[in-house]
Amino acid sequence: MQSAIMLSKKEKKLIKDIWERLTPVAEDIGSDALLRMFASYPGTKTYFSHLDISPGSSHLQSHGKKIVLAIAEGAKDISQLTVTLAPLQTLHAYQLRIDPTNFKLLSHCMLVTLACYLGEEFTPVAHAAMDKFLSAFAAVLAEKYR
Amino acid sequence: MVEWTEQERSIINNIFSNLDYDDIGPKALARCLIVYPWTQRYFASFGNLYNADAIKTNPNIAAHGTKVLHGLDRAVKNLDNIKATYAELSVLHSEKLHVDPDNFKLLADCLTIVIAAKLGNAFNPEVQATFQKFLAVVVSALGRQYH
Repeated sequence: MQSAIMLSKKEKKLIKDIWERLTPVAEDIGSDALLRMFASYPGTKTYFSHLDISPGSSHLQSHGKKIVLAIAEGAKDISQLTVTLAPLQTLHAYQLRIDPTNFKLLSHCMLVTLACYLGEEFTPVAHAAMDKFLSAFAAVLAEKYR
Repeated sequence: MVEWTEQERSIINNIFSNLDYDDIGPKALARCLIVYPWTQRYFASFGNLYNADAIKTNPNIAAHGTKVLHGLDRAVKNLDNIKATYAELSVLHSEKLHVDPDNFKLLADCLTIVIAAKLGNAFNPEVQATFQKFLAVVVSALGRQYH
């Protein structure tokens, strides 16, 4: 199943560049987005009962880093998302079984993190491109659910 | 009825008392029209919305953005009665403006992002959660009178 993404060449490059820049601070970005999600949407914490997700915990940092690095990897070649995410698709569908509504919540918090981190640089055009990318990423991630 | 802690009231009042309405209002509305282009359907008479730059420099959009942001003042001043406070505005958006209430959330999200970009790390997870709670109540009140 091919997910249709309307991203221009310019938008793909914009997304790739942003995530490349954020890779060195993957831990900070990832843990920040997760903390925002836990604060605004407490139901999301139910998926982490086996971890210590308090601010600054090593679990939170490493988990945040993992997520950001996966997104950055996907951003390197957006046209290959389904191939790049195949192992993660299986993981989320058969093991994690996170309700896909939650992907929207994390995506939104990721956008807020980016806004705080990039400030004025997170222009409306960058925001639009990033929102589309994260939606597509989430859609691909949920492809094997049923 | 919505319950607000002292902390939450303080956070909300703080954000609005330090807000540059003429800057944030236009930015939030422009961003909404750019990120969710279908929302432009309500602004056909506003002039050139052809691309992001046109939208960002459109004076009609800017004026409207400021107006909409000031519309939130009433909620800030009436935190304990937002539903009643916006009953009339809800009717207006439904009967006269014919705005799909799903759009309220889109603008709310864009406003959140614009304020986040302005405040940086001061817009921490707790502040964000409180602000989003506030906006959710406003959005709900605005959609209440639709039938």
